[in-house]
Amino acid sequence: MRSAFSETLYGCAREDRRIVLLGADVLPPGGIGRLREEDQARFVNVGIAEQAMIGIAAGMALKGLQPFAYTMATFSLFRPFEFVRDDLCYQNLPVTVVGMGAGIAYTTLGATHQAQEDVAVAGALANMRILAPCDPAETAAATAWCATQRSGPVYLRLGKAGEPDLTAAADEPFAFGRLRWLRRPTQAAQAGAAQAGTSVAILSYGPILAKAAALAERLRDAGRTVSLASVHTLKPLDEAAVVAALAAHDTVVVIEEHVARGGLAAEVVRLAWESRATCALHRFTLKDEFVHCYGTPDQGLAAHGLSVEAFATALGV
Amino acid sequence: MSVLRRNSFDSAAAASRCRRYRRRVLEISRRVGALHIATAFSCTEIVDAVYHGLMRGSGEGPDSFLMSKGHGAIMLYVVLEDLGVLGRADLDAYCTEGGRLGAHPDFGVPGVAAASGSLGHGLSMALGMALAERVSGGGGIVHCLLGDGELQEGSTWEAVATAASLGAGNLVAVVDANGFQSAPWRTRDSFPAFYPLGAKFAAFGWEVAEVDGHDGAALVAAVHGRRGDRPLMVVAETVKGRGVSFMADSTAWHYKVPKDDEYARALAELEEPA
Repeated sequence: MRSAFSETLYGCAREDRRIVLLGADVLPPGGIGRLREEDQARFVNVGIAEQAMIGIAAGMALKGLQPFAYTMATFSLFRPFEFVRDDLCYQNLPVTVVGMGAGIAYTTLGATHQAQEDVAVAGALANMRILAPCDPAETAAATAWCATQRSGPVYLRLGKAGEPDLTAAADEPFAFGRLRWLRRPTQAAQAGAAQAGTSVAILSYGPILAKAAALAERLRDAGRTVSLASVHTLKPLDEAAVVAALAAHDTVVVIEEHVARGGLAAEVVRLAWESRATCALHRFTLKDEFVHCYGTPDQGLAAHGLSVEAFATALGV
Repeated sequence: MSVLRRNSFDSAAAASRCRRYRRRVLEISRRVGALHIATAFSCTEIVDAVYHGLMRGSGEGPDSFLMSKGHGAIMLYVVLEDLGVLGRADLDAYCTEGGRLGAHPDFGVPGVAAASGSLGHGLSMALGMALAERVSGGGGIVHCLLGDGELQEGSTWEAVATAASLGAGNLVAVVDANGFQSAPWRTRDSFPAFYPLGAKFAAFGWEVAEVDGHDGAALVAAVHGRRGDRPLMVVAETVKGRGVSFMADSTAWHYKVPKDDEYARALAELEEPA
């Protein structure tokens, strides 16, 4: 995802001289690095000074530029939080705060480097939008959107590297603010499943969507009719599409690499209540804990109870 | 051009303007309580000199002024009113429902470069504006007014070190060193390690000038005489509450509102000399 971000941004930066990349010692690999050689003023490493990075980004945007502020999610959003709030959100400036390695991607580095509550934190801010693509292709589309919008700040939540493709065969293209169905059954199959009470919708976002896709396969193998969505735009959330999904399925599953409070699952519960939904609702989120697991990201997620096995067991397949 | 501009800064005219600005602040203070009179009075000559001696334009041109010590906003508004950027009605509606001017500068208000008020933000934003001028080739100089209290914010020093490392020669910062902050003690007594101020910035690679912050001509001369290959920090020694004897050099008027007799006495001190 980092590389997709970097390559896409470089392409956009060649087209639009207003685009500037700011990094805080942690810099994107590949692509955008070429900008440093071609136009040094537009690729600025501020050092390990994240408050300054956000303030500088704001100042550049005040002068008409389109900055991206890049580092690990804990440091691009949490450390300079009040700068993100006052300088970017209050002034409603078109700055993209890139939170790389969000969720608990950096298991081996421990909780100091894990952003397990970033969606809640960013989502509480007025004017802030949140994009959380699930794979490299969706990252490229989200990055291109960030590079061409002038309407205000965005928190772009990214994983790290090596994420599998999940969207090449998607039913729908990426569109900002729209829930994106990656796989939907035919209308006939959906109608049949609704009658039989076996229709399932899985809503997820970010790299953990790979596990959601694996769960979808398991459910299909068990005879369920499954729809899978990338809810890449968490704010503004496509509420109408979520409500429609709640109404059209017997079971709705939310899978997210984020704590329960302030994430997608909490929003889906709110919308289910408000729309008097009658479906079953299963939520799989990170625990409200700092889990001291220094294994692989998969092992870290499993320690939080997030594995395809755990999902399947909870859903009885 | 710089020689011309330096000569064109008329100290007598500036002194007259600054008396008028202070009287206007006091007039507004009659109607609302949320005013930082003393802090406005410490930076009166600085803001006056920035707009009348340094800036090309009133913020709409290539040069910019960002008031990082946002609690001095009323002085910025009074100068912007004088320049016709803000209207009299704007200032008359200061801190009232329906008005657009609060006690801290708000982004979107004409003449206001950035929202400030939370201390320790302004220098980074000013640096970003200065770097943006490099990207666009606009050639603008960015002026930033800091309070000495906000030097205690760590983020200020992130900006200090970064600005010099990036060689932001088009960044001009001024510290309004009035020696007081919210707590009722002299900053020098509470935080002696910050002094002398100038040496700290010089150690980080800034050019440093030290001036009497109530001498606008000296400030203008210091800025025009800078090297320009690195950011400039002007340490402007000022007196909090300057211009009114009983408000000077005290924290009492950081928030206080003058009573009738105090208002009359203050105005009398700020009358134009016969």
